[in-house]
This record gives sequence, structure tokens and C-alpha cells, in this order.
Amino acid sequence: MAGHDDEHLLHNEIKLLGVLGWVEYRLPIFNWINNAVGTNYPTPKNVNYFWNFGSLAGIALVIQILTGIVLAAHYVPTADGAFASVERIMRDVNYGWLFRYAHANGASLFFAVVYIHLFRNLYYGSYKYPRELLWWLGLIMLILMITTAFMGYVLPWGQMSYWGATVITNLFGAMPIIGDELLLWLWGGFTVGEVLLRGFYSLHYLLAFVIAGLAIVHIWALHQHRSNNPLGIDIKGPQDILPFHPYFTVKDLFGFGIYLIVFALLVFYAPNMLGEPDNYIPADPLQTPAHIVPEWYLLPFYAILRAVPDKLGGVIALALALLVLFAVPWLDTSKVRSARFRPIYKQLFWIFLADVLILGWVGGSPPEGMFITIGQLATVYYFVHFLVLLPIVGKLESPTPLPDSIATAVLEENKRKKARKLPQVGVAPSASHGASSGGGH
Amino acid sequence: MTAEPKGDDGSRRDFLYIATGAFSTVGAAVATWPFIDQMNPAADVLAVASLEVDISDIQPGHALTVKWRGKPVFIRRRTPDEIQAARAVNLGDLRDPQRDEDRAQKPEWLIVVGICTHLGCIPLGVKDSDPKGDFGGYFCPCHGSHYDSSARVRKGPAPRNLEVPGYEFLSPTLVKIG
Repeated sequence: MAGHDDEHLLHNEIKLLGVLGWVEYRLPIFNWINNAVGTNYPTPKNVNYFWNFGSLAGIALVIQILTGIVLAAHYVPTADGAFASVERIMRDVNYGWLFRYAHANGASLFFAVVYIHLFRNLYYGSYKYPRELLWWLGLIMLILMITTAFMGYVLPWGQMSYWGATVITNLFGAMPIIGDELLLWLWGGFTVGEVLLRGFYSLHYLLAFVIAGLAIVHIWALHQHRSNNPLGIDIKGPQDILPFHPYFTVKDLFGFGIYLIVFALLVFYAPNMLGEPDNYIPADPLQTPAHIVPEWYLLPFYAILRAVPDKLGGVIALALALLVLFAVPWLDTSKVRSARFRPIYKQLFWIFLADVLILGWVGGSPPEGMFITIGQLATVYYFVHFLVLLPIVGKLESPTPLPDSIATAVLEENKRKKARKLPQVGVAPSASHGASSGGGH
Repeated sequence: MTAEPKGDDGSRRDFLYIATGAFSTVGAAVATWPFIDQMNPAADVLAVASLEVDISDIQPGHALTVKWRGKPVFIRRRTPDEIQAARAVNLGDLRDPQRDEDRAQKPEWLIVVGICTHLGCIPLGVKDSDPKGDFGGYFCPCHGSHYDSSARVRKGPAPRNLEVPGYEFLSPTLVKIG
């Protein structure tokens, strides 16, 4: 329905002469870019700062690839050489410490950005029709990221690397009948060793580029139906949008600046804050560290794995925790996208977020005493949220009225802001207008 | 336009654009330096950049090849005749004029990097059975450069004499190269 109007929201095609025109006639790359992130891509004018996190994830991926290429050039993927080569990178290679700290903390921030991106989707219902496949592509990238991050963590071949690899690969041993054979095949031997290390090195390098390729497909799917927005309603006409460039390129760059500040603070002032000191001990196949934990970004999943007191059951719960996300567009039965207009779902969203944080806390604590119970309760709630609450609330809840269009909602909000400001602060009308107009013309 | 929206005119915006652009450009340029510098020799590579060689076994008229920074270094114990020949040469006849006194700290010992200055091959002349070229020093088989008993180029396409590395005698029988 809106698809046809969509085609003519903007008329900012680039016309080129001379050499660029010659190229464009044969390979229309300049308009392709302009249609993707330029003056001809219509963006809902009301997207808030949570819409920065998609481009931030892209930038985080680029940083990982650039620093990773440098690290790979100095790294030795052998059981005898890996740990020493990482120490050599830290001590001897020029700026090696910078590349390694940037890569390790870059991975953490990449996950932070992607998790905010994901929860943004859950809050504003961005996964709903017609963006289900877009959501799926994002989830596939998340699973690939988890895999890539795990393999990367094994490469320094410290105690956490070695025993993390042992614990996680042993999950596959839970498979009925073929479990033991599968482990032999995975390890290429009788235990985690150099064959696995080299395989992980190869895949770690490869998967980064698979993710990069999927990111392009993800953006392609995004542009088919455009960005969602905090109101969760469709673009109805030119009054609802602004061209991506310069309005959102500048906004994204501003977000990137903030991101770099956080990144620099971590890399230069607290580079080991998020890491485990045990990984500075070389891998010892004859001794397990007292307390094995994954990096913070995998802790909630680790808690779900440990919540089930059965080897196979834990693995299944872990897999389902990710797979259930694929079904969310259909489990959520509400036709309204944004939680802004869903009074009950809005509460559930925050409870669910708290639940995931609790799982993370439990995942990082020793599996003893109350943590076992809390972890099990939080795991049950994780699935109840998706499998029970989401379908029921969508049917029972009565959403508050949706605005007619993005433009009318924006104008009304501006009017309210102005009305609030005028009597209290008593500023001049023109100043107040300047502060709140934000593209309302 | 009235005087009121002073802070919002073109010049302020231009200033912000230029300041932001300049800051980002400098930042990006600074950030590329580690990417370049990481390819330079690392601290451990530089740390093993010198080599000590025991030369007590080398008899007059014989030579030895050692590996220093991944390259061959020729250490030759010259006979009085060879020294005599190297010092008798008229500097005007040389392509790359250098006095033998400037190339050998002790006349008896000639220490040079064994890489032909033409295209990087290793000249022959260390082993007794090797051809030593027309001038009794080294001969590069790749493109026929001849070096004399001071390892100066005398014939063939090589532009310069064989390089003399930095070295010092720690004792009469121990030399430190690099």
C-alpha cells in the first residue's frame, strides 16, 4: 500500500558529467551510494539516538577487521607458539599492544552496540511485518559474532582460552549416539589441541568477512522497507522523512565520536578491565582454572546453559535461547509495533531486560547455592516471556491510540514542548523555536 | 534578518564544519601511523641485530660466511699479497672509489656483507674452490660482477662496492658484527 508512494519520497538523483558521468553510465555506483546512505535515502525524521547503533555496529566491525588483519600478521597459530606470539605482540611489535587491546575491547564494545541494537528492536517492534527477514539476518549475524568471538578468545592459548575451548567443544559431546565421534572429529585428536587451534584461527579470520557480507545484505533488506521509528508507524509521505545525508550521516558521525571516546577510555585506561587475568597464564592441559567464565557478553547464555542440570538439556536450552528469537515476529501477536503505545508490553520489556541482566550476573558467579536457583528461575522467565507472555499480551492488551502520521506526532510534540517551556522559563519565542524546530519545516 | 539569531548565521556553522573536519582529518592521520609502524622491525628483532663471531680458526687466504640479520657476511683473513694488491690500486680506476684502509679496520681482516650491490645475489669466492673473479676477490655469478681483494667492484653491472657492516674487535679472535 505505502510501497508506491515510497518510490517518490525524494528526488535527489545525482547527475554527473565528464569522467564521473562516463563511469556512472556504465556502473551506476554514485547513485547506488546516494540511494543507500546519501541524499536520496528517506529516513523517518523522528528516529532517536537508538537508531545510531546500526551504523555503530558496522564501524565496530570495520575496526575489528582492520586491527585483526594486523594481529594475524604477527600471530603464530601453533600450540607452542601462540601464547608467546601474543606476548611478543604485546611487548615487541611496534604498537602491538594497541592493536591487541583495541581488538579485545573492540569485541566487547561491538557486542554492547549489537545488544543495544537488538533491544531497540524489541522495544520498538522493528522485527514485525515487513521486516522479519531483516531481523533474521541480524540474528544470524549475532550467532556468527558469538562463534567468531569465542574462536578469537581461544587464539591467545592462555588458560581461559584452552579450558573455554574444552568446555564449549564438549557441549557437542552431549549429542546422543554420535557425540563422542563428533568430538574426535572437531578436535582432530583426543583433546583440544593444535589442530583445533589452527582451525579456529582460519575460521575466526573467515567469519569476520562472512559477517561483513551479511551486513550488506542486512542493509539491503533494511532499505526495502526503510527504517522503523520510535512511533512504529509507517512513512506516509514526504512530510514524514528527511534525506539520510546530511541529517543522519552527521548524527551517526556524532554517535561515532562518542563511541570513540568510550573506546579510547577502555583501550588506554582500562584495557584489561573486561578480561580474565587467568588468560595471561599459558594453556596447561593438566590443570583447570578454579573458575571458568566466558567474556561478559556471553554470560547470560552461559547461565542458561548451567541452569539445566542435564548435559544435553543444557545445550538444548542454550540453543533454544537463541533460536526462540527467530520466532519473535510471530510470537508477538500485537499489530502495534512500538512499546510506546503498548502499556503492558512496555512493562514486560523492562522486566525482560532485568531478567537478562540477572542471567548475566548469575553466569559470572560460581554455580553454587542461591545462584543455582536464581539462574533457573531467570531461565524459566526468559522462555516464559517469549513463549507465553508475548503471544497472550498481544491479544489481551489494548494499545493507546496511534498518531495519524510521523509528521503530526512530531509537530504535536514540539507544540507541547513549547507550551511547557514558555511559562516556566520565560525565554523569547524565537529562541525556543530554534531549540525545538529540529527539521519541522 | 534581524540581529537576534546571531549565533546561527553562516560563519559560525562554517567554523564548526571546518574545525570538526580538521580535527577528524588529523585524528585519522594519527591513527594510521600505528598501522604503518607495526610493519617496522620489532623490538625483539632489533635486539638480536648484532652477532659475535670467533675468528681464531680462519687461516690466512681463507674466508668464512656467517649469517647476520638474515644476510651472509664474508669474513676473510687476507694474505700479505692480497693486502698489497688492494692498497696498490689507483683510486681513479675505481667505479666506487674507496681506500682499502677505510674498508678494513685491521689490514688482515676484510669483513663485508656478501650481497651483490647489483640485484642482491650472493657472490662466490669464500670457498677455496670458488671462482674469485678477475681481481682475486669475489665474483657474482648472476650477472658477472667482479670484486677485488678489498671487495670493491671492478667489472660488471654492480654499481657499488660490497657493503662493510659496522663491526668491532672485542679481542684478537672475537669480532662483533652490528
